[in-house]
Amino acid sequence: MHFGLNDDQQLLQATLREYAAKELLPARRREIFEAGRAFDPGLWQSAADVGVTGLVIPQRYGGAGLELLDLALAFEVLGEAAMPGPFLGHALAALALLCGGSAAQRERWLPRLASGDALGSVALCELEGGWGPETWGVREADGRLHGAKQHVEHAERADLLVVGVAGGGLVLVEGGAEGVSTASIDGIDRMRNLSRVEFVGTPAEPLPGGVEAARRVRDAGCVLLAADAFGAAWKLIRLTVEYSLTREQFGTPIAQFQSVKHQLANLAADTEPTRGLFWYAAHAFDHLPAEAEHAAAVAKAHVTDRAVQVGRGAVELHGGIGFTWECDVQFWVRRCMFDRAWLGLPREHLARVADLGGW
Amino acid sequence: MDLSFGAEYEAFRDEVKLFVSEAWPRGADAVCDRAVQLAFVVAAVERGYLYRSIPKKYGGSEQEFDSLRESIIVEEFDRAAVPWRLGNQGVGQLVPTLLEVGDEWQRERFIRPTLRGEYVWCQGYSEPGAGSDLAALRSSARLEGDEWVINGHKIWTSDAEDANFMFGMFRTEREASKHAGISYLLLEMDQPGVDVRPLRQINGATHFHEVFFDDARTPADWVVGGRGQGWRVARVNLKHERNLGSGQAMRRRFHQLLDLAQSARIDGRPASRDPVMRERLAELECLVRCVETTSLRQLSAVAHGEEADIGLPLLVAKLYGSEVMDRIAGLAYDLIGADGLLAPTDSGWADLQSGAGEIDWVDQYLFVLAMRIAGGSSNIQRNLIGERGLGLPRDLRATDVAR
Ligand SMILES: Cc1cc2nc3c(=O)[nH]c(=O)nc-3n(C[C@H](O)[C@H](O)[C@H](O)COP(=O)(O)OP(=O)(O)OC[C@H]3O[C@@H](n4cnc5c(N)ncnc54)[C@H](O)[C@@H]3O)c2cc1C
Repeated sequence: MHFGLNDDQQLLQATLREYAAKELLPARRREIFEAGRAFDPGLWQSAADVGVTGLVIPQRYGGAGLELLDLALAFEVLGEAAMPGPFLGHALAALALLCGGSAAQRERWLPRLASGDALGSVALCELEGGWGPETWGVREADGRLHGAKQHVEHAERADLLVVGVAGGGLVLVEGGAEGVSTASIDGIDRMRNLSRVEFVGTPAEPLPGGVEAARRVRDAGCVLLAADAFGAAWKLIRLTVEYSLTREQFGTPIAQFQSVKHQLANLAADTEPTRGLFWYAAHAFDHLPAEAEHAAAVAKAHVTDRAVQVGRGAVELHGGIGFTWECDVQFWVRRCMFDRAWLGLPREHLARVADLGGW
Repeated sequence: MDLSFGAEYEAFRDEVKLFVSEAWPRGADAVCDRAVQLAFVVAAVERGYLYRSIPKKYGGSEQEFDSLRESIIVEEFDRAAVPWRLGNQGVGQLVPTLLEVGDEWQRERFIRPTLRGEYVWCQGYSEPGAGSDLAALRSSARLEGDEWVINGHKIWTSDAEDANFMFGMFRTEREASKHAGISYLLLEMDQPGVDVRPLRQINGATHFHEVFFDDARTPADWVVGGRGQGWRVARVNLKHERNLGSGQAMRRRFHQLLDLAQSARIDGRPASRDPVMRERLAELECLVRCVETTSLRQLSAVAHGEEADIGLPLLVAKLYGSEVMDRIAGLAYDLIGADGLLAPTDSGWADLQSGAGEIDWVDQYLFVLAMRIAGGSSNIQRNLIGERGLGLPRDLRATDVAR
């Protein structure tokens, strides 16, 4: 019995932290944030070089053949770094192929997704706001797609879009295919660009995995968002601890005030015990199929919600500076808000927790 | 990660289950008397299931340390709601303290009967003027010939009426500084100089008391760890308060809440079908999962010598656990509706720990308040988390009182 990280997993996180610290200097992060254009070819390439793009893709397709837990641990570090770029959509597109693609589809796409040469993304959210397979309304008939999605990560750039369609299945659409138009959305997290995508008679190729694969993709997305949010939340706590030790008022660091100390202690106490939620859910995804969906819903609902609250406390404890555009705290605040809302709000996942519990 | 315990441990679990079904066939709702309880405990010690870290010569079962086996035993005993926790404070705090810093004769004299529940102990720390700031305590003992003569006043002393003995802290060195002047003494409760007066709790029950000392006496060698060492000795207790609970009690309490949600009605249907209640229940499910997965992390870390990874989880466990229990009780209190206007009936400590038996949710709702206060208040926990966990500065005066 071992419910902890092994040496390889610790090394993975250490390597990624090193990558983030080296490749994403604070000034660069600020630049990207200001520009609001999150895709940085250099960052993407170096992420691909350390293997992030192919972590869960099997070795025969050029990936590392690891498990969702390893990818979640990578996402924890991405969240911690407020790493800009299309990591989430890319990972979910690859997972969709893994969970529901035909041999030919995998053969065709996975090697290029693993190397990062091709960029993948997923189009899930309906214009009415539904994220889950049961809400999808985009229609596929005779290999042609009609309808629209929103909040698609880096859609303009994607070489491959995995689109959720009416009936709950998934289809593949190639970048630049006929009848696809995209319009960028001014999104909350300037490190992860979103678009609206419209399909008018667009050629599309169904994934044989159907609804089952779509549900797996949702589970994986829930886990990755939880991991990302956890990383961001801890970063916020650390930033705020540091700030409280340096900012002086009434002749003393504000950390000396017990109300400040207790506020920070509460943030830490409410956040720390959530780590096991995404660990467990990631582990369940690969090893405990009967529990996977429930664990993923629990992790997504709770961790992302906690993380947003941490962000709100962090801003408060930074005082006026925390409320400014110039203060970096907002990178992580916005990140948590994205993680909480993307793929559905906590209440939707809590409703699934109740349903799955058979209450 | 690997969540299976493996064949050897699963076989062990089966063995424990079989033992429980034979030695405790009564099931969850049994009323038990002390003799039946003791018989179970004695049998469990013989099998090597209880008191595993305690040498056989003192009445333990002296087993090799194995946190997985220990967790299986606790899980299975608790699953069957066996009331195996005899003489709580004595076993949980005094015995480990004696093993670490007691004199040999003290171990021989006190440990075995304590483990068997024959010696019941109470903890005499808090005083009217010394709660969180425990080192401010003033009850004193002075050596007269071969006896300590004790005067003063302890308060909030749980189970003092049932206790045969007290372990407590008393000021023995007049000249010494606040912390250095304290000794850890043992004393008999049944003597003329000790006056126990029950205090009625918020829920109407009386589980804690005031204890007055008027020239009470205890032998000179009933001091543990040496004169003036009381502060250090009391902190030994702390080390043994490792929270390795399985989350089982919390899970059981949550299931009782779910049962309640299924039987209570809102708008003519089960409350568990009400969307608002479903969401609140699901939020609690998340919190209970946090406790369970954190226990798994702790168990794993101890089993693999990775304790360094669980410093912070251990620091937050008490605060977090008491908040989750508070929220479970709070939701249940909402679900019972107008029954929330009824007076509580006492369900007691033991049930709170094991989650056994029927619950009176009004009592529970009041009772969980104790978790914010006893054993180091929530604010003291927040200080510890801030200072030891996050590296924030100490309060100007207060936090040398880490308990
Ligand atoms: C059910 C129950 C059973 C108990 N059993 C025993 C027992 O068997 N033996 C025993 O010795 N004691 C026992 N106690 C006493 C318990 O340990 C004390 O109540 C506890 O340590 C708090 O002390 P106090 O009551 O004096 O509160 P105080 O210390 O006066 O605290 C009052 C409030 O002030 C806050 N506070 C105090 N200091 C600080 C600080 N530095 N920073 C921020 N906030 C602070 C506290 O958090 C609390 O909210 C029991 C208590 C209860 C409720």
